[in-house]
Amino acid sequence: MSSTEPQPNPYAAALSLVPAADTKQTMKDFKSDQEVRWCPGCGDYAILAAVQGFLPELGLKRENIVFVSGIGCSSRFPYYMNTYGMHSIHGRAPAIATGLATSRRDLSVWVITGDGDALSIGGNHLIHALRRNVNLKILLFNNRIYGLTKGQYSPTSEVGKITKSTPMGSLDAPFNPVSLALGAEASFVARTIDSDRKHLTDVLRQAAAHHGTALVEIYQNCNIFNDGAFDSLKDRDTADEALIRLEHGAPIRFGTGGEKGVIRDRATGELTVVTVTDETADQVLVHDAHAPSPATAFALSRLADPDTLHHTPIGVLRTVDRPVYDTAMAEQLDAAVEQNGEGDLAALLAGTDTWTVVG
Amino acid sequence: MASQVSSSADQAVLGEQREPGKEIRRLDRVIIRFAGDSGDGMQLTGDRFTSETASFGNDLSTLPNFPAEIRAPAGTLPGVSSFQLHFADHDILTPGDRPDVLVAMNPAALKANIGDLPRGAEVIVNTDEFTKRAMAKVGYDASPLDDGSLSAYAVHEVPLTSLTVEALKEFELTRKEAERSKNMFALGLLSWMYHRPTEGTETFLRKKFAKKPQLAQANIAAFRAGWNFGETTEDFAVTYEVAPAADTFPPGTYRNISGNLALAYGLVTASRRSGLPLFLGSYPITPASDILHELSKHKNFGVRTFQAEDEIAGIGAALGAAFGGSLAVTTTSGPGIALKSETIGLAVSLELPLLVVDIQRGGPSTGLPTKTEQADLLQAMYGRNGEAPVPVVAPATPGECFTAALEAARIALTYRTPVFLLSDGYLANGSEPWRIPDLDELPDLRVDFATEPNHTADDGTQSFWPYLRDPATLARPWAIPGTPGLEHRIGGIEKQDGTGNISYDPANHDLMVRTRQAKVDGITVPDITVDDPTDQATTLVLGWGSTYGPITAAVRRVRGAGRQIAQAHLRHINPFPANLEKVLKAYDHVIIPEMNLGQLATLIRARYLVDARSYTQVTGLPFKAEQLAHALKEAIDVVD
Repeated sequence: MSSTEPQPNPYAAALSLVPAADTKQTMKDFKSDQEVRWCPGCGDYAILAAVQGFLPELGLKRENIVFVSGIGCSSRFPYYMNTYGMHSIHGRAPAIATGLATSRRDLSVWVITGDGDALSIGGNHLIHALRRNVNLKILLFNNRIYGLTKGQYSPTSEVGKITKSTPMGSLDAPFNPVSLALGAEASFVARTIDSDRKHLTDVLRQAAAHHGTALVEIYQNCNIFNDGAFDSLKDRDTADEALIRLEHGAPIRFGTGGEKGVIRDRATGELTVVTVTDETADQVLVHDAHAPSPATAFALSRLADPDTLHHTPIGVLRTVDRPVYDTAMAEQLDAAVEQNGEGDLAALLAGTDTWTVVG
Repeated sequence: MASQVSSSADQAVLGEQREPGKEIRRLDRVIIRFAGDSGDGMQLTGDRFTSETASFGNDLSTLPNFPAEIRAPAGTLPGVSSFQLHFADHDILTPGDRPDVLVAMNPAALKANIGDLPRGAEVIVNTDEFTKRAMAKVGYDASPLDDGSLSAYAVHEVPLTSLTVEALKEFELTRKEAERSKNMFALGLLSWMYHRPTEGTETFLRKKFAKKPQLAQANIAAFRAGWNFGETTEDFAVTYEVAPAADTFPPGTYRNISGNLALAYGLVTASRRSGLPLFLGSYPITPASDILHELSKHKNFGVRTFQAEDEIAGIGAALGAAFGGSLAVTTTSGPGIALKSETIGLAVSLELPLLVVDIQRGGPSTGLPTKTEQADLLQAMYGRNGEAPVPVVAPATPGECFTAALEAARIALTYRTPVFLLSDGYLANGSEPWRIPDLDELPDLRVDFATEPNHTADDGTQSFWPYLRDPATLARPWAIPGTPGLEHRIGGIEKQDGTGNISYDPANHDLMVRTRQAKVDGITVPDITVDDPTDQATTLVLGWGSTYGPITAAVRRVRGAGRQIAQAHLRHINPFPANLEKVLKAYDHVIIPEMNLGQLATLIRARYLVDARSYTQVTGLPFKAEQLAHALKEAIDVVD
């Protein structure tokens, strides 16, 4: 592209029906008058600030943005946004948002949910929202614990988690939300971290530009009930070894000085982490977020150790174009009018078999 | 062969071939029951006979009765499917108690239904299916056709299957394919017996099999063969005429309609009259699925139908659409309501318009999916956590499902509340003649969305308070996303009166609970009318929902026997009509027939301290008029 051509609006595909704001917005425009009531030090503050800071970039009319949440600490989020919002019931936000986004394509609809809300009580709605590919952005705050109910283990907690409800350790294997989303036919799957404002904002940007359902898993620290759950990914001494930062089109290298890389084992097809040598350098996998098959993205998602989170990929694992549910429904409505004309109520009520009684 | 077929299609309509010589008897009413295996097409046969009867101008009422299994084991008693039709030259209210004619397509159909027939009834049996094996399957040791057990009835033994196969031998069909048309042979025979018009059925068959003209022609040939069989065989010496019910119906254009169809049309109409797009969130469930099917056909009316992943998502999506300004509906049956309860509570708290349609069926749990019951009333009234009042509307007849949908929409939109519409399996699948309304006689349901701030602070700044109510209706403003300046957040947590901000204040919660209740209590609903022709009755029979037909028929019998009884029927159960207390207290005794164990009676007794008595039945079938008349007479006798 030559520099003289105008830059295309990255949000055109996803948000073309949402009216643009008349004036330039700032972060302040998106702060509601409600006092934020999360625990001091909660990772939610950072995410709230990142979202409020990012939204002006979209340049949408504030009244055409809606945040829908379920139940849990993170689900208080809509109250703090000066947009339209609904704090609904446990697990159901994706279903409610689906009805809203499907009937109102002029809205930018965001779902705020947590690991309990989205993956436990609301698991069914989450996978079906992803499968349908409604134009929704789902921000899943994963703190690997139940916070609002004061500290029970969650469906993302590591096995053996000692909590009030599991004094001898939890028994059930956790979900990997990214793997789950990829298995549920998600067209956009990303992971980011509350404390990395730049990365978080960049992922939000890509999610907003995606037409269809975008799932963004955000590792979020609960400093009361699960403090330090993601420290291995945040600590400067360990993060380089633990985090795999994915960039579309770039070789998947990480570690101090990029000495580690991900290659595909020719015998098994599995992905493995190796120390890159001159011999293996050209075998390092180049990340392709647009690959039609989710297979490699899934394999990447499995590199992370569920206990230590060692080798956790972050960034956009997958973003592909797929038919969008609300668009397809609108097209069916248009096609029905084209084929049969606008509905004629009198003709509908009369049907074809009538008789007349004369007075 | 092709030319033969087309020439036969061109022949004169069947009625004109009727030969003189057979006796014609005039009847004022007839009850026919078609019964066969669930794969025999009895519902279709009944539907067609109903359409013929409707277009002839009789009053009618129908009762389809079928197993929950799509294909129950062939030839067994549980696999029997039947369709009963009552038609008359005067107004009738029920599908009838005891069939005058039974068409039994196999031994199972005979065995399952013969007990319902009065002595002297006509029985048409398909002798081809009365094989030793088929009879043994349902416990007949000897053939009921030979052992004299049917001597009380006029039995017509007709080899329906082989006659059909014979009639279709010129078509290139396998024997099995040809046999499938035997229901049309039976329909032709009955159409001849009762002088039904036949063009409608032939047109219907041509349309149904438009892509397979061969099958259309074969079915028409079987239909005509059945008609001709009646005309030529000695066994059928008499035909019957039931004159149109000319005086029964007010002037107008009529059609036949089932409850679910009327309900679907009511929803489309409510969408048009409100100017709001219709959004249905639903999960398939018997006997409500037909509403989803019907609305899915009408996308050119701007109707969005969303088949959700479960019942909860169905109502969730509907509530989301309501937040966005749609006329939102969810349709289900009792088990689905149980799953939706939490979201209904959220809708109560959010105070958004939402129609919750419950086509009741037998319960508890999975219960009897294809049978009718009225046992979800208390679930609709109270089946939620917290104080969560929801208005309840209940149609009394299939045609009334149309007006009930409009009424439920009126209440939901005016008062910003979820509304229950309680229909049931009997109304859903039963049908009756329905006067097609003129569009200009339908209610205006237009709503005003909030567009401006509604609160001015002391310092003069303007803001929007989502829970600042209309003093007359107590409804809160409906401000939909996309409206500038009215951005607001709502949720299921208790809200501060006015501002809608989260509030845990004890006094505020008490106020909000009482205000939500007061809003529902204050809904304006029409007064209940009482039918008490002599004004001398001391006993009132009170009903709700689909018992209207049987109760009214029973009341006529009681009065015909010279007794006095007053009748009233509730279409609004929450709130009750304002005059209900006065009506109840004007009578010494109140009896309430219900297809449950006395749920309305419980509400009435609790609310009005009236010693209302229950008469209940939970068989999965509607009351029979005769049985109910007997019960009403006994109730009066006890009193007198």
